[in-house]
Amino acid sequence: MKLRMVLAIALGLMFAGGALAEDKGLDNHAKRDPYYEKLKGKKVLFVPLAMGFDLTEGWAAIMRRQAKDLGYTFEIRDPNWSTDAGTRAITDAIAQKSDLLIVHNPDLQSYAKLEQRAVQAGIKVLQVNLETVNPTDTYIGADWVKVGLIEAQALVDHCGKESGKSGKVAILEGQPTAASNLYELYAYNHVFADHPEIQVVADQAATYDPAKARAITETVLQQHPDLCGIVGNWDNQDVGAGAAVQAAGKSGQVFIVTSGGGSKTGCDNISKGLLSEIVSYDVPLQGDALNQAIVELLLSPAKAGTVQTTYFTPLTLQTKDTISPRQCWTLDDLK
Amino acid sequence: MPSLNFRKLSITQESVVFALAAVLFVVFSLTLHNFLTPGNLIALVRSVSILGILGLGMGLVVIGRGIDLAMVATMVVAVSWVLSLATHQHVPLGWALLIGAAFSVLGGLVSGVLIAYAVVPAIFTTLAMGLVIYGVGRAWLFEVDVQNTPNDSAFFQFLSDAKLLGLPLPIVLFALLALALWALLRWTRFGRYIYASGDNPAAARNAGVPLRPLIVSQYVITALVAYAAGLVMAATSAGLSTRVYNSTMIYDVLLVVVLGGIGLSGGRGGVRNVLVGTLLIGVLLDGMTILNVPYVEQNLIKSVILLVAIVIDSFVNPRDEQTAQQEQGDI
Repeated sequence: MKLRMVLAIALGLMFAGGALAEDKGLDNHAKRDPYYEKLKGKKVLFVPLAMGFDLTEGWAAIMRRQAKDLGYTFEIRDPNWSTDAGTRAITDAIAQKSDLLIVHNPDLQSYAKLEQRAVQAGIKVLQVNLETVNPTDTYIGADWVKVGLIEAQALVDHCGKESGKSGKVAILEGQPTAASNLYELYAYNHVFADHPEIQVVADQAATYDPAKARAITETVLQQHPDLCGIVGNWDNQDVGAGAAVQAAGKSGQVFIVTSGGGSKTGCDNISKGLLSEIVSYDVPLQGDALNQAIVELLLSPAKAGTVQTTYFTPLTLQTKDTISPRQCWTLDDLK
Repeated sequence: MPSLNFRKLSITQESVVFALAAVLFVVFSLTLHNFLTPGNLIALVRSVSILGILGLGMGLVVIGRGIDLAMVATMVVAVSWVLSLATHQHVPLGWALLIGAAFSVLGGLVSGVLIAYAVVPAIFTTLAMGLVIYGVGRAWLFEVDVQNTPNDSAFFQFLSDAKLLGLPLPIVLFALLALALWALLRWTRFGRYIYASGDNPAAARNAGVPLRPLIVSQYVITALVAYAAGLVMAATSAGLSTRVYNSTMIYDVLLVVVLGGIGLSGGRGGVRNVLVGTLLIGVLLDGMTILNVPYVEQNLIKSVILLVAIVIDSFVNPRDEQTAQQEQGDI
């Protein structure tokens, strides 16, 4: 009898206590459980151009952080600028049945077929910042045509009719077959076609190499001492062009506009006077967008390749007047 | 009047390449606006001075019947480490430079010892050492593969902007190094030993040449030359990218050496060959940039010229039983 009483009271207290605790909030099991449960143990694979430079290190730091937090695996296969090694990494990912493949494409073609194969094998493919001709599940990155339009317009503003300058400009391409390069080239030509006063005196590929950018610029400056502007493919490359301009004592004369991830290195190059303007595609912001897309793709019941989305990440302009420490990220900020 | 003998008149690869460079030079001078100006000629030499400096180092080992494929790796890793130490770790630049030099020497020593004492063929040893050096650098020495020169560094400013007799420092350094190497090869016992050991290692050793220390010292020298080239490279473009290691640069260096006529079988050639090879590449690159030749065509033209040089080489120095009998065989 006594035992029963004690049990009954204990039970009553337990219910009462439970009800009290529940009254203080809601557990949101309905949303939380499937979210965390489904993400746990998923396999995400990142195939960059290479690790070790601001863009890929920045994205990876942000993606790694979320993977750790949510319990899915995030692995990097670093092909170190070799398309061949990248092809092997993607083929491997297909064989190992990864859940999501994040690819940074060296050019418009190389991985295009392979990515289609991954999609057919049920692996979702997210292309980051450099795309192929074939769309896959998601593209997140810069709208290169827009980057090119902004850059070309900046040159027109500085070297066009009203500027009273020569109108002579040089184009420093990056990797000739990369998405960024081809889309930007279209934009340059499109803008310059409306401005016959702009004269393209050189159009050369520096293949992401600052030393090559420097050599080309030095020769162009010899040919055209009245050069007014340079538009380049990537800040890490065009710093070489800036060095050549500075060495020729023409820092005030030649306006150098390029694009980049907005890292502190780029900002430093602006404050050193090596570059005039960077159209930044903002790596920290891209990293956040990537993280959101990763979760959405992993959770979405849609089959690979059935829903194709694009997110062109916002662009910011960095010049001597606009750069502030808040805008210029370092790798340590992102870790 | 010096007597003209047939040997002097015979066609050597060096003279063919020199003639080719001269013809190109004349054609560009006549057809291209602003080609034949002091400014452009300085830019021309300057743009290949780093290639030339590396070529001098490579020339030295090739004459000694070796090859150093790790030069570009040594260059980018040692200098990137220096830049990383100076800008991110705030090590005083003087110390950083010393550490970089020590790193280069160590790399050269390891290659040299493996080649001289373990008798591993130079081509494989240095190919692997290049990978090791690059891997060590990327794994432990610096985080990001593009390193900028430190802000307001007087040293790098000096390397990039200083002029001597109106010539930029990279050209002056290239010239000084060429002169030093020429003197070393021509006037010192060390230089004669290198020719002797390159021509016939066994005979050189029998004659009392300290073959193994000699080989080790060559790789240490090339590593230091590579280090110097890297410092100049970083200074002139205000930064250095280790991606250069993945480019075709090491082949361009070899191209300069082989194009100039230093036989890969060793014991032949000298500084003049490197200069001639560098000159041709310089004239070619400069002219093509002025002509605004697209990237793909530039590579095509460069490779066709290399092919022509090789064909000429095989006519002038035919492969035969004697060259095939060498330890490393025909390359």
